[in-house]
Amino acid sequence: MSFFDLKGTLKPLTALKQFGKEPHTITYPKVSKEAADRYRGFHYNDLDECIGCGNCSTICQNAAIDMIHLEGIEGGKGDSGLRPRVDHGRCCWCALCVEVCPTGSLSLTKDYLYVSEDPDSFLWTPGKDNPGGKEKISFFSTEETSLNVFQRVPMTEIEGTERIKSFAEVVLGYSEDEARAEASRCISCGLCTEVCPDHMHIPEYINAIANGNDADAVRIIYDNNPLPEMCGKVCTRRCEDVCAIATRGEAIAIRWLKRYATETAKTADIIHEIVNPEIKEANGKTVGIIGAGPSGLTAAYYLALRGYGVTIYEASAKAGGATMYGIPKYRLPLESLQKQVDYIQSIGVKIHFNTKVGKDITFKEIYDHYDAVFMGVGFPDAWSLGVDGENAKGSMQAYRYLYMINSGEKVDVGDKVIVVGGGNVAIDAARVSRRMNAEVTILYRRRVEDMPADWEEIEGAEAEGVHIIPQAIPIKVIEDEKGNVKAVEYLMAEMVPDERGGRPKPVAIEGSNTIIEATAVMAAIGQMGDYSFMSEFEDKIKINRGRFVTNDKQQTTDPKVFAGGDAVNSTADAISAIADGFRACKAIDEMLSKK
Amino acid sequence: MREKETTLYIGPQHPGITGNMMVRLKVTGDTIVKATTEVGYLHRAFEKLQEQRNWLQCFTLMCRFCVPEPDPAEESYARAVELLEGREVPERAKYIRVLVLELARLGAYMLWYGGQNGSLGLYTVGQWSVGDRNYILDLFEELTGGRVYHMYIWPGGVRRDLPKGFEEKVLRTMDYLENRLKDYDDLMFDNTIFQKRTQGIGIVSKEKAIEWGVVGPVLRGCGIKSDIRIDDPYEVYDRLDFEVPTQEGGDIWARALVRRQEVRQSIRIIRQVIEQMPSGEYYNRIPNPQKWALPKGDAYARTESVRGEVGMYIASDGGTKPRRTHFRGAAYVHGVTLLEKVLVGANISDVSPIMNSLGVCPPEIER
Repeated sequence: MSFFDLKGTLKPLTALKQFGKEPHTITYPKVSKEAADRYRGFHYNDLDECIGCGNCSTICQNAAIDMIHLEGIEGGKGDSGLRPRVDHGRCCWCALCVEVCPTGSLSLTKDYLYVSEDPDSFLWTPGKDNPGGKEKISFFSTEETSLNVFQRVPMTEIEGTERIKSFAEVVLGYSEDEARAEASRCISCGLCTEVCPDHMHIPEYINAIANGNDADAVRIIYDNNPLPEMCGKVCTRRCEDVCAIATRGEAIAIRWLKRYATETAKTADIIHEIVNPEIKEANGKTVGIIGAGPSGLTAAYYLALRGYGVTIYEASAKAGGATMYGIPKYRLPLESLQKQVDYIQSIGVKIHFNTKVGKDITFKEIYDHYDAVFMGVGFPDAWSLGVDGENAKGSMQAYRYLYMINSGEKVDVGDKVIVVGGGNVAIDAARVSRRMNAEVTILYRRRVEDMPADWEEIEGAEAEGVHIIPQAIPIKVIEDEKGNVKAVEYLMAEMVPDERGGRPKPVAIEGSNTIIEATAVMAAIGQMGDYSFMSEFEDKIKINRGRFVTNDKQQTTDPKVFAGGDAVNSTADAISAIADGFRACKAIDEMLSKK
Repeated sequence: MREKETTLYIGPQHPGITGNMMVRLKVTGDTIVKATTEVGYLHRAFEKLQEQRNWLQCFTLMCRFCVPEPDPAEESYARAVELLEGREVPERAKYIRVLVLELARLGAYMLWYGGQNGSLGLYTVGQWSVGDRNYILDLFEELTGGRVYHMYIWPGGVRRDLPKGFEEKVLRTMDYLENRLKDYDDLMFDNTIFQKRTQGIGIVSKEKAIEWGVVGPVLRGCGIKSDIRIDDPYEVYDRLDFEVPTQEGGDIWARALVRRQEVRQSIRIIRQVIEQMPSGEYYNRIPNPQKWALPKGDAYARTESVRGEVGMYIASDGGTKPRRTHFRGAAYVHGVTLLEKVLVGANISDVSPIMNSLGVCPPEIER
């Protein structure tokens, strides 16, 4: 190569051809570039949609997101009341927070320019501090792109037509793989724990299941619930109503996961081995408990662990209360409940069966004998319909019917059963009657969507061939000449909006009388307490609107007496009763350990 | 008169490379007698950080190994995770990944045009090529939501599908770039200054290249045909028709010519990818990231970057976080061992051009 290369010298000069051309990178006057439709700029959060689950904060690897209280956002069931605040000085714009947001409220916008000398000013609450961001949303998650798993692992059940042939358990439970898959959907936000009456450690035990540590899950569960397998089968599961994943998908099957974990302990001995309870040395103090239902058993178990001498008086032949006698065996098999009761007895809880307080032993005897008394007496009596002909043969209380069936008694209901009501007892009575080969019709005065029964139970009933007539108000039970139930007469109702903003009320339509044939009528419109056993204590222990008056420690107006379960709280479910028992145990322990 | 040996510090900020790194030189006159690299300005403990993050969170760290071309690291990580987990990747995602990797390659070469010429004082090329790179960044912005850090190739596929009309935009940009290449030839490869400053400078011999573990365009500039896209094809490279250019000489000039041809090959690949792009899913969804555990074991995946092999090793103890990860970029060899040897005997003014031509990216060295 010569020193002077003509071609190599002239070629670069061709750059001159660009001279005078429009610049293609910089515009004067300067115009900010409009960001692309998918741009990952500053955050925006729809504060109304956000439920404060904190999943954005959890995934943020730069610790740029913290959850704070905002004025005007109170929170409540299914909403922690917290909202994310983002330090845009730490953010790396990866947008994983957006990808894992279960509600889809968090997004990124096209805004990307912000200059300030004040580092604190980069810390702001999306949605509150940039309300205009909503118009500029660019990077967001849809149900398709979200990293949350919205589909629940389906539960295997026996087919509807097969089910009604026996009282075999309908739900078959998760397999190990199914349980792991379902548990791994949980984002551990803890909104469920807040709303659970017993504040069970839900994210923790689900995490244990997801990690394959079933025994750990059982131990965590037994920390504040001694009847978890029962809850795992029949709990009203308010936890699932508030599940963060349920905002755009199907709630984590919390109940089925608890069922899975507890079913891994197949006998009372195995439960004992896994839980390995630490039972304190006997402290010489005693507690008398009336009723071996969920609240009584819970109080008994945790008091026994704390070294108290615990004795339960139970009127029936078996423990479990309404979960034993009210819930049909296809939902909660006897062996399952028995196993849990056996375990509770194995740590030293004494139960006197077939001992009705007020008849076999007086309340005063118990009151005087023990250092503290807990009453978990439940609601043993049912409301009647209050219509003509209700005393006909074949007209009965659904709760009583379930009690007899669960006690092994034979009840002849004929081939046409009418159940009146829309709660779980109504559905139970209907599904049990289907297993007695009867055609079953439910009359409910409101709409199906208003039914207080568990939606899965309603679906189950329909799958088994139960016919539901909504907006039907029974007015008369018609007897035949022998005094047997022959038919039910009812009026159709229309739903009238409530002026005070409450739920719509059913109002009977005149002239809409309909008669439906029946061989049995069951009333399932609610239960009530029977407090006759208290006799002379009725003045001392206050009752208001059919329930014991208690403070937040389950203590009645007599400081020595505590109460829980259906006779105290209006939610009338097992998990509330367990929570009552657990609270009462702590209060009794606190009271007695001071003495 | 005997010339005195002087110590000279080049860097940590200098035109030779993107990122911060220093070279301590011992010189007599203008000639380098000894070169010692001084790194540590960019150490952010990427590998250690990953041990505290779950498998998904780690993915967002990958782009930080190399700013000019972040995607090969994402690709290696994603593939290592998929390998360990046995996760299938949809066909469409494979094509989109190749598209992204080749676009990133073009973007990085555009930046190299600027850097290589800038280190020689030829600034016009840099101004043009950075402007042209912007068109590629525009494509990235539209596709991934980010211009420089794309965070787009993740385990299971890619993060979002191609936006509507994206393929046409890519093809238009390719046509534009292809037409521009002649301008770069005129200004750069046909330029006497460029030729004189690169020919015979920074020579790496074929034998030494193999001995030292040199990879990528530097190795190909020594006449050795080596490219992971061909040698160990991943995604859909085995279905694409392209050449691996090589040059003899092993000097800056040879490496520049290799890169010059590779730009054309990338355009060729991108056109084929667009043509063959199948429809269907773009992502095989991972489970809930919080509880996403990888089976016990380890995996290694490697990707061809503009610097050479970018490898990611991951080891799992069966948990939701890596037990250990290790990243191996070409810059570790090129920027430390190789550079220290090649600089000996070179002129001080050649330090920056040599560094640039070796493809040194300091964050790759300090992970």
